[in-house]
Amino acid sequence: MRQFSYVAAADAGSAVDLMTRTPGARYLAGGTNLVDLIREGVEQPVMLVDVTSLPLTGIEELTGGGLRIGALVRNSDLAASPLVRTRFPVVAQAVLAGASAQIRNMATTGGNLLQRTRCGYFYDLAAACNKREPGTGCAALGGGFNRMHAVLGASDSCIAVHPSDLAVALAALDAVVEVAGPDGARRITLADLYRSPADAPDRETVLQPADLITAVEIPGLPEAANSQYRKVRDRASYAFALVSVAAVLRVEDGQVACVRLALGGVAPRPWRAHLTERELLGRPATEDSFRAAAEAELAPATPREHNAFKPELARRTIVAALRRLTTQTGAS
Amino acid sequence: MTQTQAQTATQRVTPIMIGRAVDRVDGLAKTTGAAPFSTDYPLPGLAYAALTYSTIACGRILAIDTRTAAALPGVLAVITHLNAPAMKPPPRQSMLNLVSLAPGTSVNYLNTDEVLFNGQPVVLVVAESIEAAAEGAALIDVRYQACPAAVDFAVEQANAVPQKNTMAQVGSATKGDAEAALAAAPVSVDAIYTTPQHQHNAIEPHAATARWDGDRLTVYDGTQNIDWTRRHLAQRFDVPAGGVRVISRFTGGAFGGKTMVWAGTVLTALAARVVQRPVRMMLTREGVYRTVGGRTPTIQRVALGAGRDGHLTSLIHASIAQVGRTGGGPEQVTSVSRDMYAAPNMAIQQSNVTMDAVPNTVMRAPGEATGTFALESAMDELAVALGMDPIELRMLNEPLAGPLQGRAFAHRHLREAYAVGAEAFGWPHRTPGPGSMREGRHLVGMGVASAWHPSWQFQANVTVSMSAAGKVVVRCGFHEMGMGGATAQAQITADLLGVPFDAVTVSYGDSELPLGPGAGGSGQTASVAASLLTACGKLKQRLLSLAKDSRTSPLRGHRLPDLQARDGGLFVGGTTTGETYPAILARTGRQTVQEAVGSGSRVGSLLGQARFTAKFLRDKRHWIKAACGAQFCEVRVDADTGEIRISRWLGVFDVGTVINAKTAASQLRGGIVMGIGMALSERTLVDPRTGRIANPSLSEYYIPVHADIPRIDVRYLNHPDPTMPLGLTGVGEVGITGTAAAVANAIYHATGKRVRDLPITLDKLL
Repeated sequence: MRQFSYVAAADAGSAVDLMTRTPGARYLAGGTNLVDLIREGVEQPVMLVDVTSLPLTGIEELTGGGLRIGALVRNSDLAASPLVRTRFPVVAQAVLAGASAQIRNMATTGGNLLQRTRCGYFYDLAAACNKREPGTGCAALGGGFNRMHAVLGASDSCIAVHPSDLAVALAALDAVVEVAGPDGARRITLADLYRSPADAPDRETVLQPADLITAVEIPGLPEAANSQYRKVRDRASYAFALVSVAAVLRVEDGQVACVRLALGGVAPRPWRAHLTERELLGRPATEDSFRAAAEAELAPATPREHNAFKPELARRTIVAALRRLTTQTGAS
Repeated sequence: MTQTQAQTATQRVTPIMIGRAVDRVDGLAKTTGAAPFSTDYPLPGLAYAALTYSTIACGRILAIDTRTAAALPGVLAVITHLNAPAMKPPPRQSMLNLVSLAPGTSVNYLNTDEVLFNGQPVVLVVAESIEAAAEGAALIDVRYQACPAAVDFAVEQANAVPQKNTMAQVGSATKGDAEAALAAAPVSVDAIYTTPQHQHNAIEPHAATARWDGDRLTVYDGTQNIDWTRRHLAQRFDVPAGGVRVISRFTGGAFGGKTMVWAGTVLTALAARVVQRPVRMMLTREGVYRTVGGRTPTIQRVALGAGRDGHLTSLIHASIAQVGRTGGGPEQVTSVSRDMYAAPNMAIQQSNVTMDAVPNTVMRAPGEATGTFALESAMDELAVALGMDPIELRMLNEPLAGPLQGRAFAHRHLREAYAVGAEAFGWPHRTPGPGSMREGRHLVGMGVASAWHPSWQFQANVTVSMSAAGKVVVRCGFHEMGMGGATAQAQITADLLGVPFDAVTVSYGDSELPLGPGAGGSGQTASVAASLLTACGKLKQRLLSLAKDSRTSPLRGHRLPDLQARDGGLFVGGTTTGETYPAILARTGRQTVQEAVGSGSRVGSLLGQARFTAKFLRDKRHWIKAACGAQFCEVRVDADTGEIRISRWLGVFDVGTVINAKTAASQLRGGIVMGIGMALSERTLVDPRTGRIANPSLSEYYIPVHADIPRIDVRYLNHPDPTMPLGLTGVGEVGITGTAAAVANAIYHATGKRVRDLPITLDKLL
């Protein structure tokens, strides 16, 4: 393993200061992704600033029914929180659909949002990868393996997908991240947090190196009590999504009164399905309208050599999730 | 539990321990961490090694920049082809010199600038710590001149060469005119089945610790073949084999991946030689993928012709598989098809293509695992075409003797396996129509397939000693990769000698012990048991003779066949007349007596091998010996997403005498689990442009997780095989055979979709 220095941060301010002064340093929280990347030589930090002792482990209720989740809340604690489970089941389900119990015991809320793609070529230093080494190309294109890769929102420079399950649920819920940075604190919506790859897939978020996520805020949404995270993958556990769907649904008199939908496993970022939502609102909560709304979202999909199945799998999974939420409320 | 009395030429065994579900003798040591694996030996002055792997499949090394690595604190040596001590190249492979088959590849690692597969070790870094060695290996910069390479199996399969028949392997076989019979058959299926490359994923990566003492070498190695490791290392380093000791007390899983000697072991010994200190190297998971072979991908055509009554008229099985440019043998993809069904016309042909890749190697039922997927899927397809129950079709075509040459089956109870299984699994409740067993959003399906694996038996030298305290020590250099070998052999010995189970100690896993068999072909238990039968017979005869030296011994006037070995001694049947072993020994004043089977001398071992080969060939002419079974699978397929979950499994096995009902069940279950992985998720991604494995990790190469595996019910018929020692056939591999086909057949029944290309991922059902 590379040599690097290690500093345990005493508070957020000094952590940000240290990171600002130290180019090439990285924050260390659960380490469940970063340490792997260091071992593989993908990340080569000169310093790790360990933030795990900062007091960011609370889950607070906000007025209006929302929750403020400290950035260091462990995945396992997040999924077990009664507040989360009753108000936002989609969040708890998303967390439990990811990784393993051991990893969830280590991984943090903030770190989960910033985990990096699992594209095999990103991990293989012998392969071309614009995300790891800008300008080298993309080995997943031109004959490479791209079964797991994006069909929406990718670019010819990178077709890797974002691996987080939690982020998909949070995208559906219009979550906001709170960030401490060199210029003080600021709030960024989850939608604005992630950049599209375009020609710079190495820059995945709008955060600067010294920016530290301190909390995630989920605004109140009573409808989210009827929500679901459906993850479809190649084995029953411990696999990244081929397609996942985070969905919130309220049906009134057989009509869709509120719908929130986001997709995972299909794009370089958690993919908010605005087109599906727009299509569905006010329509009858039926299999046909679910299908039509799903079609709208996937119409612009660009499948690659090995993932032509993804648009259809995404459509089917959207329909399955919405059907389930319809029957769950008994409103259909 | 066995109640059978296995007859042998010299003695009758009353099973007391044999057949019981005995806990493993090493269970406590393994669960408490006390069991020493090959990297658990604390040696003074230990150094650590790590490898850099080539990133091209074929070419030459132009330059290696080792400066940064060499300057790293803690790095002791950076070894490349430019500075490595010379090693002898591996010998040409020959069936007349079995140890020539030991190396996994013919590459003379770090003695050549030639690169022959993507992942070949090109630099060896030795350091004071694992971290420094790994860091050093990562800092190496190699420049290559690449040449065109054959790395894309889909393309190269067109260049496959038909395999010839040899003394050891069948490449082709014909009977009648299979193509004409197929064309004339009123009902037929003719389909192509494909299986991908699979990689070895034992929990313990390949690992070795090596120490030189002058020209004497001690290696702690996780291996399935101590003798091959020892003699191969002696040959490569040009030292006497007698001076090489290989210790392998525990191996953390192997499945065939540790049968050959791979780069890691050779280079650990090389590193120790260079730095003149003991060196340890455990490959990373990536290192296992890059330097150790896997299971060949296959393309198989199976065509079956039948009359409307279901009797087969034609069976054609043709396969294409790959071998490596530097090694790897043809896998017996079609072997099961030669023995399985009574077809009057048959055509069997294996073909192989040579690839610039790490050579294939044995992996649990090599050939049979992939071959049964094609054959047993095709039988299911034929049953559908005939409108016949798939079990009924199999029973209709159950042969009375070997379909090709008419050899007799040593024993074959497949009918009973299906009968027992069908009832226990609830097969009669299955409605035959595809998609007819829906439950809510789940499509339910049930499938069957036959399991079949040849029985093997190898040479095993053993000694058995009896002490004046009545303690028995068995010594044999066999292997423990997790199967419970020492436990099984202690059970056998206890019953053969009539002593308590805990009076028996079994020593294994050391080349200083009498030469044991390699752990392969599911043959280790039978091989050692055969020699134990002889050795224990000799030991009892010797003890009886010692008893008879005394005029007062109640055993005077009795012959061994009239006596029972029980209660720690020899007794006249049904009486208390007799003597315990300690009583016999006490009178003689001896502390211990020992008997041996097999000789460790050079002449003795050559004679042993010759005798053994003669018996093997004689047996092969007369008998078809195999374990078999009926696999029953129930799947649930999500009607929306195609997600497949196996909900129930039953395997009914005819594996002869079961020695340990607990560890045998674990072996069979393990085989089924591995087969489920093969059916649903396992696949090595070999980049068709570079020949580089793109998923060299457990997070991207999908072996099943617990949630993928249902309760697996395993049952035994427990009919001894009369041609095998104690009637046992071996249990290590038969469990994986037929498994993938049972899954595919159940999926067809659930969905009406026939998937002929493994793994059956959900996208194939959308």
